[in-house]
Amino acid sequence: MRKIWDIPGGIHPPENKTQSLGQGIATLPLPDILILPLGQHAGAPAKPLVAVGDRVLKGQLLAEPGGFISAALHAPTSGTVSAIEDRAIPHPSGMSARCIVLLPDGNDEWCPHHGVADYRAASPVALLGLIRDAGIAGLGGAGFPSAVKLGPKQPIDTLIINGTECEPYITADDILMRERAADIVEGVAILAHILGNPATLLIGVEDNKPQAFEALEAAARGTAIEVVEFPTKYPSGGEKQLIQILTGKEVPSGKLPADLGIVCQNVGTTYAVQRAIVHGEPLISRVTTVTGRACGRNGNYEVPIGTPIRHLLAHNAFDAARCARLIMGGPMMGFALPDIDVPVVKTTNCILAGSHDEFPPAPPAQACIRCGLCAEACPASLLPQQLYWYAQSHNLERLEAHNLFDCIECGACAYVCPSNIPLVQYYRAAKGEIRQQDAEKKKADHARQRFEFHKARLERAEAEKAAKREARRLAAEEAQAKVAGDAIPASGPGSADDLIQAAMARAAARQSSPEQQQAKLERGLEAARNRLQVAEAKLAEGEGEGLDTEPLDRLRARVEEARVKLAEAERKLAEFTPATSPAPSATAARVVDKLQGAPRDQLERSITTLRERIATTEAKIAEASDETIAAALRNGLDKQRAKLRDAERQLADLGPADASPEQPAADAPTLDAAAQAIARAQAKAEAMAAMNPLEKLDAALEGLDQRIAKARDKVAAAEAEQSEHLDTLRAALDKLEAKRADTARQRAELAGQGAH
Amino acid sequence: MVFARSSSPHGHAPLDTGAVMRCVLLATLPGLVALTWNFGWGSLINVVLASLVALGLEAAIVAARGRPVLFYLRDYSALVTAVLLGLALPPLAPWWLVVIATLFAIAIAKHLYGGLGYNPFNPAMVGYVVVLISFPVQMTTWITPRDLLAEGVSLPGLWQSLQIVFPALGTPELSDGFTGATPLDAFKQYSGLLVEQIYQREPLFNQAEIASYGWEWVNLGFLAGGVWLLYKRIFTWHAPLAMLAALTLMAALFHDGGSSTSGGSPLLHLFSGATMLGAFFIVTDPVTSAASTTGRLIYGAGVGILVYCIRVWGNYPDAVAFAVLLMNFAAPLIDNYSLPRSYGHSRRRKATEKKP
Repeated sequence: MRKIWDIPGGIHPPENKTQSLGQGIATLPLPDILILPLGQHAGAPAKPLVAVGDRVLKGQLLAEPGGFISAALHAPTSGTVSAIEDRAIPHPSGMSARCIVLLPDGNDEWCPHHGVADYRAASPVALLGLIRDAGIAGLGGAGFPSAVKLGPKQPIDTLIINGTECEPYITADDILMRERAADIVEGVAILAHILGNPATLLIGVEDNKPQAFEALEAAARGTAIEVVEFPTKYPSGGEKQLIQILTGKEVPSGKLPADLGIVCQNVGTTYAVQRAIVHGEPLISRVTTVTGRACGRNGNYEVPIGTPIRHLLAHNAFDAARCARLIMGGPMMGFALPDIDVPVVKTTNCILAGSHDEFPPAPPAQACIRCGLCAEACPASLLPQQLYWYAQSHNLERLEAHNLFDCIECGACAYVCPSNIPLVQYYRAAKGEIRQQDAEKKKADHARQRFEFHKARLERAEAEKAAKREARRLAAEEAQAKVAGDAIPASGPGSADDLIQAAMARAAARQSSPEQQQAKLERGLEAARNRLQVAEAKLAEGEGEGLDTEPLDRLRARVEEARVKLAEAERKLAEFTPATSPAPSATAARVVDKLQGAPRDQLERSITTLRERIATTEAKIAEASDETIAAALRNGLDKQRAKLRDAERQLADLGPADASPEQPAADAPTLDAAAQAIARAQAKAEAMAAMNPLEKLDAALEGLDQRIAKARDKVAAAEAEQSEHLDTLRAALDKLEAKRADTARQRAELAGQGAH
Repeated sequence: MVFARSSSPHGHAPLDTGAVMRCVLLATLPGLVALTWNFGWGSLINVVLASLVALGLEAAIVAARGRPVLFYLRDYSALVTAVLLGLALPPLAPWWLVVIATLFAIAIAKHLYGGLGYNPFNPAMVGYVVVLISFPVQMTTWITPRDLLAEGVSLPGLWQSLQIVFPALGTPELSDGFTGATPLDAFKQYSGLLVEQIYQREPLFNQAEIASYGWEWVNLGFLAGGVWLLYKRIFTWHAPLAMLAALTLMAALFHDGGSSTSGGSPLLHLFSGATMLGAFFIVTDPVTSAASTTGRLIYGAGVGILVYCIRVWGNYPDAVAFAVLLMNFAAPLIDNYSLPRSYGHSRRRKATEKKP
């Protein structure tokens, strides 16, 4: 006696199996239409190879596997393909799917076929190929392509054949084991050969099938196959549960039995393998139980795949009025069919047409009292009451922590629940929610990754552009510096010169033409007038509304300010003369002073300025008419006083006046040179101011001539050296000459004008 | 032809919640019989009064919630709460005490939380504790067992009992001296004496077979009911056995050889007060106890230990109600950490695990 283990939980629903065991496996007359769904197995649907109108023979290949995890489809009888279209399929969703519709011609003509003479001589790979070509999928209910399941990468030491059939009402496997035990045993041998002859070969049968057990035992006598009987309990027939009963091992969560070295196959699948290998027959029919009190006759039939349920039920005196529920499968895990026009598929083990007394409508669910009967019944040792609690509140994290995905949806919990709660529905829905959430998270992660890469790429592009720009700018500056550096006699380190140049350039840029300045002053005057008007309007409004004195005073102060500003603007405009102000040199001088003056001198100068400003401010405060203005002026005065103190302190810190200047001696010649240049420029500017236009042009011509001479020298030198700046210098020379010509023309015009 | 669209499973066991509750009610009968025999009509009146109030209140609340009244009454849960409360309250307690206790149990401890299945605290115990704390005098007035009454003293008859409970019915002619302390009360009173001295003094103890007269039969009655419920698989053995075992262990540990500081023998604790009622009817209340069997073991043990602690070192002579309520607080925490080891996993997981 082989040792067996017990599974936790489990229930003992009434078996209801005797009804369909009254007759042996019977056959049906051919139906007038066969509907063959292309996706009757787990995995990718099969790909049709025939076209509408083709005449096919029995056993002919109609559709090839659509991928690695897929199975082929064969014609259950000879006939014509009338359509390849969407038809209602037996699925809990009630949806349609692509089907090949076959119209039998009644001849039941086989296509040429033959089996393997000695399977022991054939290689496992070849046999697997034959099984795949035969379209064999798991007939126990899941429909997993057998060729894939029988070709695991892991070494297999145990082959278990599942003859349990634990669900009530179903007797298809029972009758198969009783009548075709020898074929089944041969099938087991074939499977063992394919799997590399595992050490242990077991057929598990529940103890409510004594005849099947004896038949199998007799057939297996003398072989290495052991037929094991164990106590009846639902759901012992689940793959995981059967493995636990027969070996005591548990399939780790998320892994396959193959990882334990175990392969489990249904007896029906085993029989189909034997038919395929030994007789060359593809999977075109299966044993299906028809049961339930809505059918006048109950029994087992060898049904061609694709037979409409309607045909099957009609043969068994189906009474639609008595039928409360039409279930494909058993009462615990089967699903309700919407109507009777769906076909029998490879996984149809039972059609249960239950009457109203067999399947009364479920009473309304009451509150869960956490009695724990469900947890006692669960074969996976879960806590269904907690799963229900968290499923209701959509607490997906807690659901996963409570091992929701280990639920095999056997229905034992819902069966025992005293409050009639449809527990399995909640678990299915929750599993769907979690799967959806995971899919969305994956999408979101993917999108985030793409966005981050995109951002990085843009940043890189930006950085490259900026680098290029920098490089270009530096190159241009270098070139410019070279040109500029050659035009003026370099009289020392460039820093001071550069600064002065820059300052003068800025000042020149800032200085606008006299017309522009006048326009600006006029605009300012306009603005001041506008401001005064607005302020006066506001004051009038305020007085009209009768505001308090404080706001009124503020408004009045604003009006005063505006008036003062207006007066100033008018004065500035009046004082403005379009004389070329010595602004550049003055500005330049100031700038130079600021940049170059000794700290001591700077401080002394700033102290003097500050003192002057403080005096002015004090005067202004004295004559200020308004409190607000006075207050503002006082603020300013404080700041100025603070600055003065600061400057005096700094001066004191510096030490006695005779301290040697901190500037290095090297700067002295530069200063002199720079100072000289400035002096020259100043002198020139003064001279220019004193001149009349004609004299100005003359002076300009002179200057240009000098520059042209220098430029010519430079070009000559560059030609001699073959310098790369030759072109630039030539261009500069051309420009100068053009300018000279222009100036000469102007002078001529002016002279001509003056003469008139 | 369209058939019913339903989801698997399509069959159902014959059990339903009403049937479960009716079994529980049946199981209280032996204890109720023992109470009535020893202490008169008081307990029966309590039970009937509490049941009527509970059913009426539940019907009113369910109707106010806009739900079908009979459907909700048919689960018998209100009746079970009322019966357990009636059994716990002292016999011949005034009617308003019973009504207030039932009110708190049904309306506040049960329906305010959402009704059956949603209450975190045992409703009967909440009702009991509320009146225990609010009306200590009435709640500590108990009755001497029938056979220990003095000569000429008898327990009040039915009409007299009714008159005591409902003073509006008139003043009863009573014989004096039928009130008396409970055994745990008595044990606590004699704090300075050795255990055997207490036993010598008190007829409650020296007339008894195993623990205390009258009360041992009550507890035995509840024990019998509880064992029957175990046999019917209404609940599992884990919680009641854990409670009784923990209580026995604590009592044995602190028995101290029967000295004056002893807390009492294990037998005394097991068969006095509301121990057996608590073990098989209160602790096993599924809504408020832990979910897994391991959790129930911890829960039951916690109740047992707390019962002993409060009885011996607390102010109250009996402590089942407080102990149960305290463990009701802890039940969700126990649930989080007592998940069973599921198929295919090597160890039990925690409910607070986050996805990595």
